[in-house]
Amino acid sequence: MDKERPLAIKTQKLSLWYGTFQALFDVDLEIRGGMITSLIGPSGCGKSTFLRCINRINERLGYVRTAGKVHVLGNDIYAPAVELLQVRKQVGMVFQRPNPLPLSIRDNVLFGYRIHNRDKGRLSKAAGDEIAESALRRVLLWESVKDKLGSPGGGLSLEEQQKLCIARLMPVKPAVLLMDEPCSALDPNGTEAVEELIWELREEYTVLIVTHNMAQARRASDECIFMLMGKVVEHRSTGEMFVTPRHKETADYIEGRYG
Amino acid sequence: MAGFEASALNRRDQKVERLIRWLFLLMTLLLILPVFVILIFLVIKGWPVMSMEFLFTEPSNGMTAGGIFPALVGTVWLVAVALLFSVPIGVAAAIYLSEYASDNWLTRVINLAIINLAGVPSIVHALFGVGAFVLFFGFGTSILAASLTLGIMTLPVVIVSTREALQAVPMAFREACWNMGATRWQTIRHVVLPNALSGILTGIILEVSRTAGETAPIMFTGAAFFLPFLPQGVFDETMALSLHLFVISTQVPNVPEALPYGVALVLIGIVLAMNSLSIAFRTVLRRRKKW
Repeated sequence: MDKERPLAIKTQKLSLWYGTFQALFDVDLEIRGGMITSLIGPSGCGKSTFLRCINRINERLGYVRTAGKVHVLGNDIYAPAVELLQVRKQVGMVFQRPNPLPLSIRDNVLFGYRIHNRDKGRLSKAAGDEIAESALRRVLLWESVKDKLGSPGGGLSLEEQQKLCIARLMPVKPAVLLMDEPCSALDPNGTEAVEELIWELREEYTVLIVTHNMAQARRASDECIFMLMGKVVEHRSTGEMFVTPRHKETADYIEGRYG
Repeated sequence: MAGFEASALNRRDQKVERLIRWLFLLMTLLLILPVFVILIFLVIKGWPVMSMEFLFTEPSNGMTAGGIFPALVGTVWLVAVALLFSVPIGVAAAIYLSEYASDNWLTRVINLAIINLAGVPSIVHALFGVGAFVLFFGFGTSILAASLTLGIMTLPVVIVSTREALQAVPMAFREACWNMGATRWQTIRHVVLPNALSGILTGIILEVSRTAGETAPIMFTGAAFFLPFLPQGVFDETMALSLHLFVISTQVPNVPEALPYGVALVLIGIVLAMNSLSIAFRTVLRRRKKW
């Protein structure tokens, strides 16, 4: 495990309640930057909930209560002075079902950029083209869409849509990418392509990915966090966890005895 | 004999099935029959008076002859001013209720109020209009007073149809926007509204055709019995098609039979034209949709 990398996300005693139901119990995690960390565990173990704390999307539901601290890049994102929109800018999210906006491919990519750079005047056609091209190249989508940038994003295949959803985060220059089962709506080929892409994005981004797919966690992440009933059971390098799990629960889950 | 033939019970079920199917088809035909009968009846009875002159001249001879031009223009005025009032308020309220408000007792009370407002009989709206706009605000019997009354009457429908159109826009689009750091208003302006537009416009256009036909709310508030001039502004009284139809059918002696049918035909024509327009609108906008 590479201990030299700086911390990207750090949580201290993070607990979360949906009404009276407690979904997270004192979660202490340190997630290093520039690598892929996968969150695994059976349904309802709190891994998606944890993910959604990192960009504060949980609190849109009025009945959610959080306690503890979440630091992203050294800043406490639950501090009162924090502007939610700045958090969302630094922490991008990719959903289970690809959700391209009902706009053209080009406008999908430029949407976030336009919102965050309105004070810099109108985006010129040339500058927009350049931003769109570099983002689409980054997600390995450019070649297949370069001749139809004006057509709707929803018309692409699911795999391409998911890549588009990743591409539209790029121009905003986030530091952290949260992915909530990004491949579960895709076929095996799509899964492979998107996994490859996520692997490509290491180094530049800190990627936190929730997955149900053991094989995916194993082949496409540097570190692995196993959660159970709202608590972290084990957090180690992926290679070690899959070969010599420390806890019996982890071993049982990895071997598919429950989940 | 352990085959797959129909048993006696199966055959009885089949018979019931056929019977029910025919019965429901019959009911469906009964439903659309009146529409065609009314339309054909009106065309046959009203067609003889239909002419350019009928549409574009004023009534004459104590309303037993001549055309309907002032009433036609008056109806357009009434509907236009009513929409000017109800559309901005209705759409804004619907956006608030659907996109901003959380589900609490206040929004529940507001919802209840909207539903009840939609159920208030039009004659009650008329009385309210007289009390509030004609007398209290001192607009007198005028287009303004009548249109405000109509506007209040159409408000709940505008709100409900707009809200339905907004809620038809998938939640995933909003989440995608919020997660990129867009504010609520940016999300509404760039993503939700453009995709709800066809539904909102459809609702509004259907309201136009309903408003054009209302009689009771304008009777005491701004529509005149006989006024063969065109209105010059919102403080004038005006004739209106619906009231004119009522007047020449029941209040004026010796009206030739074809005349009221002609007026009714024009009124129905406006309604059908508006409805067709709304369908066309929806088709065009839906084709432009990106999902």
